[in-house]
Amino acid sequence: MLLIHCPYCGEDRPELEFRHAGEAHLVRPDPISEISDEEFEAYFFLRENPKGLTYERWRHMHGCARFFNAVRDTVSDKFVVTYKAGEPKVEVERGDDGVARVKGAGR
Amino acid sequence: MAEVTATRQGPLDGLIAGSVGVAIAPAAPAHRISLRVGADGIPALNAALGLELPTVPKSSVTSSSDRMALWLGPDEWLIIDEKLDPMVDVAGTDAVFSVVDVSHRNTAIKVAGRGARATLEAGCPQNLSDTAFPAGACSRTVLGKIEVVLVRTDVNVYRIECWRSFAEYAFEFLADAAHDCMA
Repeated sequence: MLLIHCPYCGEDRPELEFRHAGEAHLVRPDPISEISDEEFEAYFFLRENPKGLTYERWRHMHGCARFFNAVRDTVSDKFVVTYKAGEPKVEVERGDDGVARVKGAGR
Repeated sequence: MAEVTATRQGPLDGLIAGSVGVAIAPAAPAHRISLRVGADGIPALNAALGLELPTVPKSSVTSSSDRMALWLGPDEWLIIDEKLDPMVDVAGTDAVFSVVDVSHRNTAIKVAGRGARATLEAGCPQNLSDTAFPAGACSRTVLGKIEVVLVRTDVNVYRIECWRSFAEYAFEFLADAAHDCMA
């Protein structure tokens, strides 16, 4: 079973307890009433959907019930890092061996 | 006018199940509150409830009067008390908090015996080993197709809190799992 690290519970927990909750680090335009239709479309509907590393929100639905952010590789389905909601974006990079790691973390 | 008396009926009243290694039975009715409070309000609620709300993930505390406080999330607890209503105790507490009486939303099942852990492992994906889930540990998790709150009240005793409407499913699931828990 895939294990996901919950930053609030501080441990790896089974994937059955989690729910995916869309792309992370989307910022709501302010004031939203003054943006154009194109800008609204980009904010509201258009998503990255990359092949490779992606920033996502996840929720530990059947655990502590908290939302958090995660970096996941959509090819291998491996989680690179998870961190609490509201914390700054964690930079990741892919090493020479093709494995993604947190920037500066070393092997 | 004739005197009317209403008898409370639990969803699992009278049921009993188990096997050689494990006994499964509904727990006694209890008062339960769902408590949400930030770090600032914890001392005031500790005083009102007469216990120390656990702040370590997956941990629980039981007061001298058998009131249980279960850590569910960083600012969320489930309080269980079979005797006194914790809702009365927290009323009027000078803190910012939210409390909901869930006494009748939940019901509980007790699973006890040497095969208790194996019985739960039939449907719970969490690591229930002694190091990861020792006596006193508690967690909201999954059992089969439903969400439950699992508490290890003693080495071989578990309490499973589930929604009342899921109680029959949970009970039958555990009764089924008990068959080969000593295998």
